[in-house]
Amino acid sequence: MDMKSLYLLIALAPLAGSLIAGLFGWAIGRRASHVVTILGVAVSAALSLKVLSGFISGQTEVFNGAVYTWLTVGGHEYAVGFLVDKLTAMMMVVVSCVSLMVHVYTIGYMQEDPGYQRFFSYISLFTFSMLMLVMSNNFIQLFFGWEAVGLVSYLLIGFWFKRPTATFANLKAFLVNRVGDFGFLLGIGLVLAHFGGSLNYSDVFAAAPALANKTIQIFPGVEWSLMTVTCILLFVGAMGKSAQFPLHVWLPDSMEGPTPISALIHAATMVTAGLFMVSRMSPLFEMSDTALNFIMISGTITALFMGFLGIVQNDIKKVVAYSTLSQLGYMTVALGASAYSAAMFHVMTHAFFKALLFLGAGSVIMGMHHDQDMRNMGGLRKYMPITWITSLIGSLALIGTPFFSGFYSKDSIIEAVAASHLPFAGVAYWALIIGVFVTAFYSFRMYFLVFHGKERWMANHGAHHGHDEDHDDEEPSTDHHHGLGPNDKPHESPWVVTLPLVVLAIPSVLIGFFAIEPLLFGDFFKGAITIDALKHPGMHELAEEFHGPVGMAVHALSSLPFWLALSGVVVAWIFYMKAPHIPAAIKQRFSAVHKVLDNKYYMDDLYFNLFAKGSRALGTLFWKVGDMLLIDGLMVNGTAKLVGVFSRLTRKLQTGFIYSYAASMIIGVLGLMTLWFAGIILR
Amino acid sequence: MFTNMLSLVVWTPIVAGLLVLATGGDQRAPLARWLALAGALAGFLVSLPLYTGFNDLNGGMQFEEMRPWIQALNINYHLGVDGISMLFIVLNSFTTLMVVLAGWEVIQKRVAQYMAAFLIMSGLINGSFASLDAMLFYVFFEAMLIPMYLIIGVWGGPRRVYASVKFFLYTLLGSLLMLVAFIYMYFKAGKTFEILAFHDMKIALSVQMLLFVAFFLSFAVKVPMWPVHTWLPDAHVEAPTGGSMVLAAITLKLGAYGFLRFALPILPDASRELAWVMVALSLVAVVYIGLVALVQSDMKKLVAYSSISHMGFVTLGMFMFLGTNMNQWAVEGALVQMVSHGFVSAAMFFCIGVMYDRLHSRNIADYGGVANKMPIFAAFMMLFGMANSGLPATSGFVGEFMVILGAVQVNFWYAALAATTLIFGAAYTLWMYKRVIFGDIGNSHVAEMKDVNKREFLVLAILAITVLGMGLYPQAFVSKMHLSVNDLIAHVAQSKL
Repeated sequence: MDMKSLYLLIALAPLAGSLIAGLFGWAIGRRASHVVTILGVAVSAALSLKVLSGFISGQTEVFNGAVYTWLTVGGHEYAVGFLVDKLTAMMMVVVSCVSLMVHVYTIGYMQEDPGYQRFFSYISLFTFSMLMLVMSNNFIQLFFGWEAVGLVSYLLIGFWFKRPTATFANLKAFLVNRVGDFGFLLGIGLVLAHFGGSLNYSDVFAAAPALANKTIQIFPGVEWSLMTVTCILLFVGAMGKSAQFPLHVWLPDSMEGPTPISALIHAATMVTAGLFMVSRMSPLFEMSDTALNFIMISGTITALFMGFLGIVQNDIKKVVAYSTLSQLGYMTVALGASAYSAAMFHVMTHAFFKALLFLGAGSVIMGMHHDQDMRNMGGLRKYMPITWITSLIGSLALIGTPFFSGFYSKDSIIEAVAASHLPFAGVAYWALIIGVFVTAFYSFRMYFLVFHGKERWMANHGAHHGHDEDHDDEEPSTDHHHGLGPNDKPHESPWVVTLPLVVLAIPSVLIGFFAIEPLLFGDFFKGAITIDALKHPGMHELAEEFHGPVGMAVHALSSLPFWLALSGVVVAWIFYMKAPHIPAAIKQRFSAVHKVLDNKYYMDDLYFNLFAKGSRALGTLFWKVGDMLLIDGLMVNGTAKLVGVFSRLTRKLQTGFIYSYAASMIIGVLGLMTLWFAGIILR
Repeated sequence: MFTNMLSLVVWTPIVAGLLVLATGGDQRAPLARWLALAGALAGFLVSLPLYTGFNDLNGGMQFEEMRPWIQALNINYHLGVDGISMLFIVLNSFTTLMVVLAGWEVIQKRVAQYMAAFLIMSGLINGSFASLDAMLFYVFFEAMLIPMYLIIGVWGGPRRVYASVKFFLYTLLGSLLMLVAFIYMYFKAGKTFEILAFHDMKIALSVQMLLFVAFFLSFAVKVPMWPVHTWLPDAHVEAPTGGSMVLAAITLKLGAYGFLRFALPILPDASRELAWVMVALSLVAVVYIGLVALVQSDMKKLVAYSSISHMGFVTLGMFMFLGTNMNQWAVEGALVQMVSHGFVSAAMFFCIGVMYDRLHSRNIADYGGVANKMPIFAAFMMLFGMANSGLPATSGFVGEFMVILGAVQVNFWYAALAATTLIFGAAYTLWMYKRVIFGDIGNSHVAEMKDVNKREFLVLAILAITVLGMGLYPQAFVSKMHLSVNDLIAHVAQSKL
């Protein structure tokens, strides 16, 4: 089989599964639906692994070719095509493997849901879309994948479409993403307009160096660097998809969807699409320090301030969601520091341990009979041992425990930012350092609240609502949980759920150790990621200081991030295990701060009132005043009235008396004669 | 291949319509339906050779026919299509087929007359697109109003008389000025109504401006462009489902086609001078009308306003001049948008018709949770809603994408304003979808709704295939129009002063 057919098969196998389950799921039943979709994704995963191993062993070459011509305009061909290099191969493996685990997990998680086949169809469709996105060799297909994953995300957040909160969240997610796409599309437009008319990556990157000093006038009289404007617009797209400040508001709400998709879409894969895109476009972004700074600022705000919000959440999924936001911020900062490889490395490790954490949370939620409130949990380690151990592994990876995968990727990012020479890098560095403490604190707050301590579900029967002063009525997840009954105990989940946890736990521990050297300091990403080493020597400096993964971990034991992470864990232990009155007292003492955090810095309210209500007010104004009053009222009906008035006047001329007609005729003839004479005289 | 291909395409539906009319009263309604279906199918089938037999390597007129009609005035029955008009004839014949299916058992009164009106209108519309003689065009263009007027006025809703009169007067007002313009050019061109002769005529700028205004009033009303658009929501709301489908899918396109066939090539200098006005009005349509669509409580009005907003892309694309040149991305995008909007808007209006037949309400507030009772329908409507929001892989994406990308090359802010449709288009479409389709069952009427029957499924499935097909392989449409568009661009680039 030639490579093109192989790549087509990788992309289309999940689509085939999705179509079969989606269109004929009603006929073939549940079992056949999950078999066929899992088979499709398994084919993709196996072949992706084969492709990646081929790259690692050096047998596979970079593939860049067209599949079919989608459009021709002005002599240029715009084709659907694949670019598969090591960057792509890595993403293909991450996407298809996590997706496969999520597919298996779903058998258990969704077993009672009437929309079983529909769900499998959606997640396979998602896998197809995401593969098309990462495998694209041009901007149009990238945008197709970009929007297609957005569509599936929309469908899945609103999967339980009877819930008002779910359909509110999915509309919000789609529209906020569309704001990002607005910038993204304009960025693509600038690429088309100025980079030689092709939208293939290779042509665009080849044209880019000659455009380094080109300026355009966005505002008349003001010259802006083309590269900066283009890159910032493209990044606006990434801000939507990868939930970076200020377009991050949709991601926490997306937790309305079933937990498997929170793991797959809203943690491991789709939200990293923006980061992948920026890495893929590194030849362009490298040419604009302004754009890189912009990226770094957006990422820094996200990394730190979204982390703070993780501290005050009581919904287990919300904690993981804010942690995802914060980690995405870390990756974005890495992009700003030109450490694309570090960002992609963290994308990969994060995909495994965050998928693990989410699926673990899902397992907990199943064990708790769909109660998501951590205040009702506690002591679950006895009842759910596999979930407990795997979640602990995930948490340790997340907070950057030496030797765990998250340590290698996160520490590399922090080091890369420290080595960056961009003006904002200093601030970003300290924000990330503080973020390490915050991450450790909220992660282990969750861990202790869920798996250790008192078994609070015993005490809280029938009192899930209204026992806390900061209860938020719009908290979407509290109005549909059932919770444990009086005689229920939490139970470990079936094997289809725990198996993916175990499988994901392995790379969560190991992959960093083995991958850091080739990925960051070897030539794995050579050719796929471009760094202007003169302007941005950070990664280069890091390579010189790197003495193997063991050395890095040992060295970290004496570094600030490690001790901050450790103190985060210890503080969480004190607060939630030893002295629970302390956090309560702090909440009391700093109630204003708590209120701001609890309301997510009031950004949701601001956006809702400003944009949603504002557009509706403007629309009403245009409609009632513009269309109905001015155009219809004044112009259309006014014209009709005018005709009426005119005809009333002219009716008076038609008297029906011959003498008045004769008189007007004579006057007319006289008038014409006067004109005629006047003409003769004047000539 | 017949030599009189185009005549066949024009007259087959008209003859079929007359036959249907001959079946008479409603006691023979089944016969009228099947006869109409056969006629529409025949009309569609005879239009297909225009596509398959079209020579992509020829930008000029093909399938030409020429017969003297009124020799005293040198008016000829001159037909011919290029890569632009051909697509719309096929689209129209296709839409007619959908409309006949859409009205099948929904229409119970005066069935023969209803079906006949659509078939005859289909032939007249084909005639307008195929005419190469301005007088012939005018006759078809005006004659087409009559069946549409009847469709709204006879089978329409409670305010049908107001709507149909508004529709008729609005469109008649414009076309009278077009007639004056034609007569002026007739004398100027040496007593001929040949459109292609008009294209090669030198005209002073001041006269071009006047003629442009005349054409503008005629075609802008049809498109419709802001601020002469207010007839459309009323017409749509009152029209039966089939009427809305044809109105949105085809008759609006005639206005845009008029700009392309008459205003731009005959008056290139005036078009360039006034392009900024056209661009401004188009952008107002995209943004202002998009916001107006957002606050509609009537589904049909919402889709009607969304139509106006989408048609804004068509006029925007056509007048996207870069120096003296029309921008190829934008022009072809405009054409793609015209075809795509034909599929998508017809599908959206059909969806609303399907729900209206069950609940007899177009009010969003009267629905809620339709997906619980009509899951198949909900899936189709999701697809069309996404197409209406311009999602890639649906036809709705291609045209808007091309126009926006073309606009970036001309002026960044044109593109930025046009691109707001990404947000507003999704907002009004999906917000309506959320309130109508999602949620728990809204009331006892919704609880009694039944999912689509076989006929409705067939229509939805065919439209879904076209929407997806065009989104995945727009090349099938664009390759036909390339040379004709190139010719047009080259032609318009030359000054005619």
